[in-house]
Amino acid sequence: MTDTATGTAPRRTAATRAMPSALKLGLSRGAVETKMFFREKDAVVFTFAFPIVLLMLFGSIFAGDLEGTGVTVSQLYTAGLIGAGVMGAGFQNLGIGIAGDRDDGTLKRLAGTPMPRSAYFIGKIINVLVIAFLEVAILLAIGVVMYDLDLPSEVSSWVTFAWVFVLGVTAAALLGTAASSLPRSAKSAAAVISMPFVVLQFISGVFIPFTQMPEWLINIASVFPLKWMCQGFRAVFLGDGGAALELTKSYELGRVALVLAAWVIGGLVLCLTTFRWKGRRDG
Amino acid sequence: MTNAIEVRGLTKRYGDVQAVSGIDLDISQGEVFAILGPNGAGKSTTVEILEGYRKRDSGEVAVLGVDPARPTREWRSRIGIVLQSANDAAELSVRETVRHFAGYYPNPRDPDEVIAAVGLTESANKRVRQLSGGQRRRVDVALGVLGDPELIFLDEPTTGFDPEARRQFWELIEGLAHNGSTIVLTTHYLDEAEALADRVAVIAGGRIVAEGEPATLGGRATAKAVVTWQDGSVETDTPTETVLELSRRYEGEVPGLAVARPTLEDIYLKLIEAPRD
Ligand SMILES: Nc1ncnc2c1ncn2[C@@H]1O[C@H](COP(=O)(O)OP(=O)(O)O)[C@@H](O)[C@H]1O
Ligand SMILES: [Mg+2]
Repeated sequence: MTDTATGTAPRRTAATRAMPSALKLGLSRGAVETKMFFREKDAVVFTFAFPIVLLMLFGSIFAGDLEGTGVTVSQLYTAGLIGAGVMGAGFQNLGIGIAGDRDDGTLKRLAGTPMPRSAYFIGKIINVLVIAFLEVAILLAIGVVMYDLDLPSEVSSWVTFAWVFVLGVTAAALLGTAASSLPRSAKSAAAVISMPFVVLQFISGVFIPFTQMPEWLINIASVFPLKWMCQGFRAVFLGDGGAALELTKSYELGRVALVLAAWVIGGLVLCLTTFRWKGRRDG
Repeated sequence: MTNAIEVRGLTKRYGDVQAVSGIDLDISQGEVFAILGPNGAGKSTTVEILEGYRKRDSGEVAVLGVDPARPTREWRSRIGIVLQSANDAAELSVRETVRHFAGYYPNPRDPDEVIAAVGLTESANKRVRQLSGGQRRRVDVALGVLGDPELIFLDEPTTGFDPEARRQFWELIEGLAHNGSTIVLTTHYLDEAEALADRVAVIAGGRIVAEGEPATLGGRATAKAVVTWQDGSVETDTPTETVLELSRRYEGEVPGLAVARPTLEDIYLKLIEAPRD
């Protein structure tokens, strides 16, 4: 080690320098998290590319209209996969990602630095927002270009889109953060987190319309946020013509807001009470 | 001069395992202190309590005058930590990682200078994932010293290194010590403690079984010599006299004569063999 490297500046004067703010460090973590996410091929394929590939696949397989509503099957899938994509960016990405951070020592190392703990979560929120936003943009672009999806022109639809997106992504991110404590290791995280998520997609109307599902399954799906997110996005992108396809012949936006908000609060409580900065072997 | 670290009666239990059973330590500022002991002796547990990672069961601890059970950001900015194992931030390059972590500290060292100091300039643009084990450990050290800490903890920094890499690493640690930082390192390599530390505490079964300068550890300087010859052996404080005596008895050459003092390793092995009460 050379003398220039170790530095001879008196270090006591440093104590008077202010600590960097949590917000500034949170933004810096957001940048680093996002960079790492897109460099890690597994994560990109798993949470980011999956809905996009599925949309191209389903859109090509199932062409045609639905019962004279003017809504095509591929439009239906676009709305559903936007819901699944947003949920994946929050739930799957954080559930697996934070379990990995706990297992590989990221959380432990960060806890040993003067970084305020809130900066870590701000970074994760930014990471989720970036992924979810890009995901939605790409799915919409595919829907518009390949499957004749019409983007809504009324402001009110975009307002609906905004609150469904914000509530949905927040609920999903909080649930993912809470769920990250379940897997015993990073290795098992992909299975522990993805399995319930895939099942949830099947029963929440992403792939299979509710009209073809038994009532008890619909009741189970109605407890979870994904069904309501997808319903909200259908309201935005399928318009009034598609409402006839809903079980209740209505998009029930009031209930969508209520259920998603309830999950935001429940998820927050879960996170605050169960989040662990330590792995299972860290004493 | 005040002590960087003061520990009295520290204990920690995991279920049935008493990992630390009553440790006292005083480590003064600017000292290089080694905690030496076999696997499972309680080194990591002790050090991670001092670092504020683990909760102690009982005892009093002050690290830079602060109880590590109640860490503050200001206190964290004054200590540097190199953990026993970490595989994080693998997708960032060395330079990206060091620059990012520099932002956490109120008065960090220059990232590029720190990278140079740990000998990673040539690999600065490589992803951390692509580094060898030894290089990975250098990143850990870079992150540990980045905040210009008054006190640095290194938990088994060279475990798994080849001899060449260990030598290089020792030079790195010596450089840090030269800078005036207090250094606490754990190791299960005797030669490492001997090469680096001003003072060593040998820990076994959660207890300190010997403490002192490497040269005098466990009474090495005053230990009895062992004189052996063809027909017997004797432990004595006065080996020269014994040899003269023997020479008289055999009227000249003593058959199979050897005089030996215990090596540091002999003493260490004896110390960690029977530590438990
Ligand atoms: N998180 C833990 N849970 C249960 N037992 C532990 C834990 N950490 C350490 N131990 C046990 O405590 C003892 C001391 O471990 P440790 O402090 O890691 O020793 P060292 O670092 O000297 O190898 C060992 O018997 C170890 O198995
Ligand atoms: Mg250890």
